[in-house]
Amino acid sequence: MSDEARDIVGDYRFGFHDEDKSTIRFDNGLSEQIVRDISTLKNEPEWMTDIRVKAYHHFIERDMPNWGNPEILNNIDFEAITYFLRSTDSTEDDWKDVPEDIQNTFDKVGLREAENTWLGGITAQYDSEAVYHSIREDLESQGVIFLDMDTGLREHPELVKKYFGKVVPHSDNKFAALNTAVWSGGSFLYIPKGVHVEMPVQAYFRINAENMGQFERTLILADEGSSVHYIEGCTAPSYSSTALHSAVVELIAMDGAKIRYSTIQNWSDNVLNLVTKRAHAMKNATVEWIDSNIGSGLTMKYPAILLKGEGSHAEVVSVAYAGQNQHQDTGAKVHHLAANTTSNIVSKSISKDGGRSTYRGLLQVTPKANNCRSKVVCDALMLDQDSRSDTYPTMEIGNSTADLEHEASVSKVSGDQLFYLMSRGFNEQEAMGLIVNGFFEPFTRELPSDYAVEMNKLLNIKMEGSIG
Amino acid sequence: MITLLDKGVARGEIGESMSEEILNISNLHISVEGTEIIKGLSLTINKGEVHAIMGRNGAGKSTLANALMGHPAYSIESGEISYNGRPLEELEVFERARAGMFLSFQYPSVLPGVKVGTFLKKSIEAVRGEPVKQKEFRTQLKAAMQLLDMDRSFLSRYVNDGFSGGEKKRLEILQLVLLQPTLAMLDETDSGLDIDALRIVSKGINQVAPQAGCLVITHYQRLLDHVKADYVHVMIDGKIVKSGGPELAHKLEEQGYDWLEADA
Repeated sequence: MSDEARDIVGDYRFGFHDEDKSTIRFDNGLSEQIVRDISTLKNEPEWMTDIRVKAYHHFIERDMPNWGNPEILNNIDFEAITYFLRSTDSTEDDWKDVPEDIQNTFDKVGLREAENTWLGGITAQYDSEAVYHSIREDLESQGVIFLDMDTGLREHPELVKKYFGKVVPHSDNKFAALNTAVWSGGSFLYIPKGVHVEMPVQAYFRINAENMGQFERTLILADEGSSVHYIEGCTAPSYSSTALHSAVVELIAMDGAKIRYSTIQNWSDNVLNLVTKRAHAMKNATVEWIDSNIGSGLTMKYPAILLKGEGSHAEVVSVAYAGQNQHQDTGAKVHHLAANTTSNIVSKSISKDGGRSTYRGLLQVTPKANNCRSKVVCDALMLDQDSRSDTYPTMEIGNSTADLEHEASVSKVSGDQLFYLMSRGFNEQEAMGLIVNGFFEPFTRELPSDYAVEMNKLLNIKMEGSIG
Repeated sequence: MITLLDKGVARGEIGESMSEEILNISNLHISVEGTEIIKGLSLTINKGEVHAIMGRNGAGKSTLANALMGHPAYSIESGEISYNGRPLEELEVFERARAGMFLSFQYPSVLPGVKVGTFLKKSIEAVRGEPVKQKEFRTQLKAAMQLLDMDRSFLSRYVNDGFSGGEKKRLEILQLVLLQPTLAMLDETDSGLDIDALRIVSKGINQVAPQAGCLVITHYQRLLDHVKADYVHVMIDGKIVKSGGPELAHKLEEQGYDWLEADA
């Protein structure tokens, strides 16, 4: 492939950045003092400070994972990261009050248009904290609470205290510990009993500053019989130095509730995306992770669902695109802990230009979980010889009544497919675009249509320079 | 690349002449992986003419159609092909499509996740080189699908994914009707079709034929009961050994190819 073509492939549309006009920026590096300073600055209750400090010590002591991509993980310089940066003094509910360059940034990434047309509420996070937040009045009047996490802790400390860290404890893994120690921003969303939120709500996470660490913390509680669709998007400027995004997302779907959580991850490739996402599904509840990883240099993320209540259902549809200098180590974990639970996992990955994609999945059925059903489908599409795809599916089946299906495939684009498409007027790039759009269709069909169109366009851009 | 404008100019140059030449092949030799398959073939197709090419398996019929469309596995060793008065070799596969060439595939590819409706619209846009209004597309699509007795449910299926042989052929003909090519090549479109499907597919071909040159590759005379061929050519071992009118197809149906092979 020519350098010219590489330049085109490397054309990351969201790589621009605004001038750093932070009002507060902590010195790079991590210490107990930094952790305490974050908590003090946010004027948090003591119990939260204690959780942070405990998590910090766990982070220091905890070994780095020896799987995924140890080479990159072991080279992270935690002292070179900024752990807290405040861009504006408050979270605004009117864009006019948000600094103009930040407004423009959220305009360029398409958030403001989506807000005006089809979203029920949004939170826009810029580096460490939310700079803008809105929610439709009708949702508020139904008792829906949608706040950035800092405000959520201030206004609903009892709910946060009850559920924070209950789904993902700080001791879960090194990066969950790091997040718990230095978390800032993220979403707090509560849906009251029986309330169905028809329009999706969205959070957008934008990293702007160089060497930034973004550690948002999200907690979603869907009370009995309620439903919600939450969407997150993320982009960052392209810098030569590493940025770290390490989020923790906890979902609880109470009896009969349904949570759909959709992610459109398009970080620049200097971002390391090391995220822990986990959900509890209670009786007859449904949790769906609709997860995409298109950007970042390394992503390690395995959205998990614990099917704790009888009759609960897990759905994971995940897609990953690994291009040049990218490793997408992604997958899904489903734990069938109760009887009559069902799960469906579809994972699709594309590797191109030396990119590497890894599927790492866990399917567990515990001995007491009778009559569970699960289907796992993993498909990898390799677009050239230089790329790599690996699959590590793990199954721990402790109950003989389980009905399980597992399919895996690795494929290449066939010359016949290309010829067929080209005979219908498509040039090679357009033909590849159609093929990869089709390959990801089980994911994009689950997105709101505007985002599906954007996702397809994004993939088409990635196919530029495919030739040769 | 040939644009629509060029195409129009090319047509204009030929203008009012009675026989508007679309394709001219002279002394063509084609090989696949070093083996010569087409061994000196010449053929001229004018607008409004239907040429049927018949012959046994392995005679080189599909090779000819695929090579004309530009399949990379077929290399043209010698000979001339001009399309609309221009050397065909100048054009890449997609440029041939944009210049009005169409091949109905014997074995069309499956495109998982690509919906038929989306594919058809994008294909029309690719061939025309400009966006097509949704309303216009719907109107054309509805008419074409009615002609071919196709249910709307086709549109939300993935291209050829889980299609029966007959459904695949029908989708090929739907594309033929929608794309309105200048040169339509049909590679054994009739194979495996029952009599009803054959009749429907023929309706599609007959709709396109008057404005196009048609090259119809078939094993069987029965397609020619529905599609009127102006010329029938018999291909044996990479060459056209005999050309005639529709009566030649009947003779082949009755007597087979032996009498020609003896001559060849």
